[in-house]
Amino acid sequence: MAVVFEKPKALTDVPLHYCPGCPHGIIHRLVAEAIDELGIEGQTIGVAPVGCAVMAYDYFACDMIEAPHGRAPAVATGIKRCRPENVVFTYQGDGDLASIGMAETVHSAARNENITVIFVNNAIYGMTGGQMAPTSLPGQVTQTSPYGRDVKHCGWPIRVSEMLSTLEGPEFIARVAVNNVKNVKNAKKAIKKAFENQIQGKGFSLVEVVSACPTNWGMTPQKALEWVESDMLPYYPIGVYKDRSAAKEEK
Amino acid sequence: MAKITFNTDLCKGCGLCVSACPKGILALDTNQINKKGYSPAVMTDQEKCIACAFCATMCPDCIITVEK
Repeated sequence: MAVVFEKPKALTDVPLHYCPGCPHGIIHRLVAEAIDELGIEGQTIGVAPVGCAVMAYDYFACDMIEAPHGRAPAVATGIKRCRPENVVFTYQGDGDLASIGMAETVHSAARNENITVIFVNNAIYGMTGGQMAPTSLPGQVTQTSPYGRDVKHCGWPIRVSEMLSTLEGPEFIARVAVNNVKNVKNAKKAIKKAFENQIQGKGFSLVEVVSACPTNWGMTPQKALEWVESDMLPYYPIGVYKDRSAAKEEK
Repeated sequence: MAKITFNTDLCKGCGLCVSACPKGILALDTNQINKKGYSPAVMTDQEKCIACAFCATMCPDCIITVEK
């Protein structure tokens, strides 16, 4: 019998600590599959964030380093500049990348650092217990917005991919989702491309993955994925926002 | 013939595989409790499986192996 699907080798056998139905596991697997398919496990260095994915260093079989909250792109910049032969990626949540780490993110994109950033957007602070994040939707009920996010008081959610794509610097900015099989397969392609860009020396590649948080949204895993489709994707549309190489080829 | 194996001890019973299966042949077995204390996903009709691997694609814990 031929194996159609098995756990990628770039993931260790450590059981994931994530809540039942948390798409972090799916996104970990997509990153690991990309590492496997490109055959770069021995030369890859990952940077783990602060947030739910803080333990990612236990789950990826490649070398990993833990960065202070939001500073993963800065740490990755240092590693990549010292060791340009290595493939360096960061794996960050929205509370990490889009709030405290926004400066590091924007500036590493503006400098077109040759790194890969995987940005998991689930519209809430997961690890700390479900507080409002910069990406929480208008009207979304969280621990710190019990009557729903009031945009007059708290401002509007930040669309990171659209914002970064206005910069001259970055090479590749895309938003994908993992709410159904089709979107997971497309997410895989985008993540693999982000790694290929780095290997080819093209520069900063960011893939925003629209994810879910069943526990803090107070939904079943199935209902949470439906909510992604009905509420999150209209505000955070999936697509490729910037692909400089493809744009050059068209010209 | 397609064959699906679950690493049952690590299943968290989220049911994403159950809702992804196009043939509707996966279920959470409420008669069982695994090491983690969840009712794990099981195959109810192996004959009908088409090895599409949709279940494994959606499984967040990577516990499903699909062979054909």
